[in-house]
Amino acid sequence: MTHTRHTLIALMEDKPGVLNRVSSLFRRRNYNIESLSVGHSETPGISRMTVVVNGDDRVVQQVVKQLSKLINVTHVQDVSNRPTVVRELALIKVRASHGTRSEIMELANVFRAKIVDVGATSLTIEITGTETKVNSLVRLLQPFGIEEMARTGRVAMVRDGASDEGPGTETPF
Amino acid sequence: MKLTGAQMVWESLVREGVTTVFGISGGAVIHLYHALPEYPIHHVLMRHEQAAAHAADGYARATGRVGVCMATSGPGATNLVTGLATAYMDSSPVVAITGQVATPLIGTDAFQEVDITGITLPITKHNYLVTDIHELPTVIREAFYIARTGRPGPVLIDIARDVQAAQAEYVYPEEVYLPGYQIPQEDCQSHVQEMARLINEAQRPVIIAGHGVILAGAEDALLSLAEKAQIPVVTTLLGISSLPETHPLCLGMAGMHGEAYANLALCEADLIVALGSRFDDRLTGPAKHFAPQARIIHVDIDAAEIEKNVRADLAIVGDLRDILPALISLVEERDHTDWLSRIREWRKESAERDILAQELDELFPQYVIRQIWHATQGNITVVSDVGQNQMWEAQYFIHHRRRGLISSGGLGTMGFALPAAIGVQMALPHEQVWVTAGDGGFQMNIQELATVVQEKLPLKIAILNNGYLGMVRQWQQFFFEGRYSGTPLLGPDFARVAEAYGIPGLTVRERSEVMPAIERALATDGPFLMDFRIVQEENVYPMVAPGSSIQQMIRRPLHSKR
Ligand SMILES: Cc1ncc(C[n+]2csc(CCOP(=O)(O)OP(=O)(O)O)c2C)c(N)n1
Ligand SMILES: [Mg+2]
Repeated sequence: MTHTRHTLIALMEDKPGVLNRVSSLFRRRNYNIESLSVGHSETPGISRMTVVVNGDDRVVQQVVKQLSKLINVTHVQDVSNRPTVVRELALIKVRASHGTRSEIMELANVFRAKIVDVGATSLTIEITGTETKVNSLVRLLQPFGIEEMARTGRVAMVRDGASDEGPGTETPF
Repeated sequence: MKLTGAQMVWESLVREGVTTVFGISGGAVIHLYHALPEYPIHHVLMRHEQAAAHAADGYARATGRVGVCMATSGPGATNLVTGLATAYMDSSPVVAITGQVATPLIGTDAFQEVDITGITLPITKHNYLVTDIHELPTVIREAFYIARTGRPGPVLIDIARDVQAAQAEYVYPEEVYLPGYQIPQEDCQSHVQEMARLINEAQRPVIIAGHGVILAGAEDALLSLAEKAQIPVVTTLLGISSLPETHPLCLGMAGMHGEAYANLALCEADLIVALGSRFDDRLTGPAKHFAPQARIIHVDIDAAEIEKNVRADLAIVGDLRDILPALISLVEERDHTDWLSRIREWRKESAERDILAQELDELFPQYVIRQIWHATQGNITVVSDVGQNQMWEAQYFIHHRRRGLISSGGLGTMGFALPAAIGVQMALPHEQVWVTAGDGGFQMNIQELATVVQEKLPLKIAILNNGYLGMVRQWQQFFFEGRYSGTPLLGPDFARVAEAYGIPGLTVRERSEVMPAIERALATDGPFLMDFRIVQEENVYPMVAPGSSIQQMIRRPLHSKR
C-alpha cells in the first residue's frame, strides 16, 4: 500500500451548509486533509472543490466513496494518476529594505511572480504555480523575513485529451 | 390549493402513506399540532422525544416503511439525537420533523433555538432546514425518498416556525431531482458470474447474512441460495431472522458472543460470502485476523462499505434482490457433506456445554428466554434491549419469523426496547410483540409504560433482572480484576411500578414459576410485565475477548453453573 498525496476534484450543489457537510465528514472519519479549496465552477449553482488528501489507496478510496454519498455532492474524482494542470496562488508580504529590495524583485522575476504592492518596509508578491514552485520561492524569501502569507491550496484540472490511465505529469513550472 | 406550511406537512405525509406519527408537542411545532386533527393520521404521544425516535425506528424496522417522529425545537430536538443515531447506525428509514424558531430569530440564540441540522449532520443520511415555504413540499418528498431508498437511513427536516404559519400554493412534486444521489443500479452480470464461479469452486463456504438481507427483502433468495449449494449461513445480530434459525443450514449469530461453531466455521472457511453486512468489529474481531483462509465476496448496496473494514476479493455493489436471483441460476448444486458434518461435530460439542443441558435449579436467564420461545412457539416479534439480556435473547430464542427480532445493534442503545416495541406494536396491531430488557436499560425509558397504557398496547414485557449493569460487570469480572465499580444497580419493584401505570405485573423468583408467569402473560388481553429475578452473576458465553481473534473464545467452564 502506498502512502501518498492524492488530489480529488468534487462538484457539489452551491447551497448553505454544503461545505460544512464536507468538512464535517473529513473530521468525523479522521481523514488527513492537507488542503481544500472551493469556488464556483462553470455551471451556475455548482461549486467545485479541490481536496488534497494524505493516505494509502484504501483510505483515499474511502474518502471518494464517502464524499460521493453526500446528497449534495454530485461528482467526485481522484485525478492523482491523470495528467493535470495543478496550481496554487500565494500572496507573500516580505520585509524589504533599501538594500534588499532589488534582490527580492529579481527573485520574483525568476519565478515569474508579480509584485502587487510596494510599501516603505515591505513588498507583496503574488505567485501562481505548483506547490513545489511556491514552496521554493517561500524558502528563498524566508531569510528576508516573511511578514504575512496567504495560500489558496491546490486547484486542479484534468488536461484536455488526457486518458484515464495516463501518468501524472505535473510540470513544475 | 393554498395551504399553510403546517397543512403542507400533514398533506404530504398522507400522500407518503403515513398513518402514524410519534412525537411530543411544543412551541415551535404548535402550528403543526394545530393542523393535525384535519388529517387521517394517528399521533402517538410519547413521554420523551428519544422514545419517539425509537418508536419511529421500531415501526420502520417492523414494516420496511418509513417511520415518522416529531419534536419541538431546542430540547425536543436534542432529545431525538440518540434515537436518530440508533436509526442511522442500523440503516433504518426514519423521517424526523422538528420545529425551529422563526426565520428572523435563527442565529440569535433565541429561546429554545438549537442548530439541530448541525448537530445531526453526522447521524442522519441527510437533513434539511426549511426557511422558505415554497421549498417545503419538495423537501418532504425528497426526505422520504432518501430515507427509504438505497441504504435506508434517518432524514431530519427542521422547519422554521414562521414557515409553518405561512400560506402558499401547494403542489406535491411527482418526481424527485437529486443529481447527487445515486442508487447503485450497475450492471453486475459479469461480477455475478465470477461470484458463482468462486462459490462453485469452494470446499468450505460460509454465508454471512446481515441486516441488508432483511432490508432488501431477500430472505427467500437467501434460502434458495443456501439450499441449492448447501452453504451454511451465519448471521450478524441484525441479520437474525434473515434465515429461519430452525433451518439446519442456519448456524445462528457469529461474533463476540456468537455460537462457537458459527465462529469456527468462519475461521475454517475457504470462502465467505457476505451479504448486506458491514463487517462490524463485533462480528470480525481484529480485521487482520478475520477468516485467515478465506476468500471474501462482499455484496452491499453501499459502495463505501466495501473495503472499509475487511478486504474483499470480489465486491459487488447493488441490491440483493437483483443480485441473488441472478446468482442462484449460476450456482451449481452441491452437498458439502464433509464440511457440514464437521460443523455438526462442533455444534454437538456446544450443545453438551450448553447451560440448558445441565441440571439447574436456579433461575437462569437462558431458561427464561427459551421458555418464552416454547410458550409462544416463536410466533412473536421480540424487541430486545442492550446488554447481557440482548445476547441471551439472541442466543436462546429461536427466531424463525421474518423480522422477528428488532434490536439496537450498531449503537447498542440501552432503553431502546420499550419505545421501539411501541412502534412495532402500532405497526403490527395483530401480532404479539414482546419486550426483553435488563433492569438497567429498562429504567432508561421506563416512562413509556404510560404510552403503552394510553395506546392500549398489549405488549408483553420480560425484564431479566440481575441487579447489575450486567454486561459491564461481566467485563469487570473477566478483564478488570473483578472490581465491580459503578455496576451494582438498585432497581425498583418493577411489578409494582407497572401496576402504578395500570399494567399487571408479576415478580418471578423460582424456576418453577417461569412457565406459569408466561402463560398468565399470554392469557392477559392487554399488556403484562414480568420481573424475572435471575442469577445475578451469570455470564454470556462464549465470549471473544476484545482484541482476540474470533476463534479464541472464552467458553463456559464445563460442569459449572457459572
Ligand atoms: C445508553 C447506554 N448507556 C450505556 C451503555 C453501556 N452499557 C452496555 S451494556 C450495559 C449494562 C446493561 O445493563 P442492564 O440493562 O441491566 O442489562 P444486563 O447487561 O444486566 O442484562 C451498559 C451500561 C449503553 N450500551 N447504552
Ligand atoms: Mg442488569
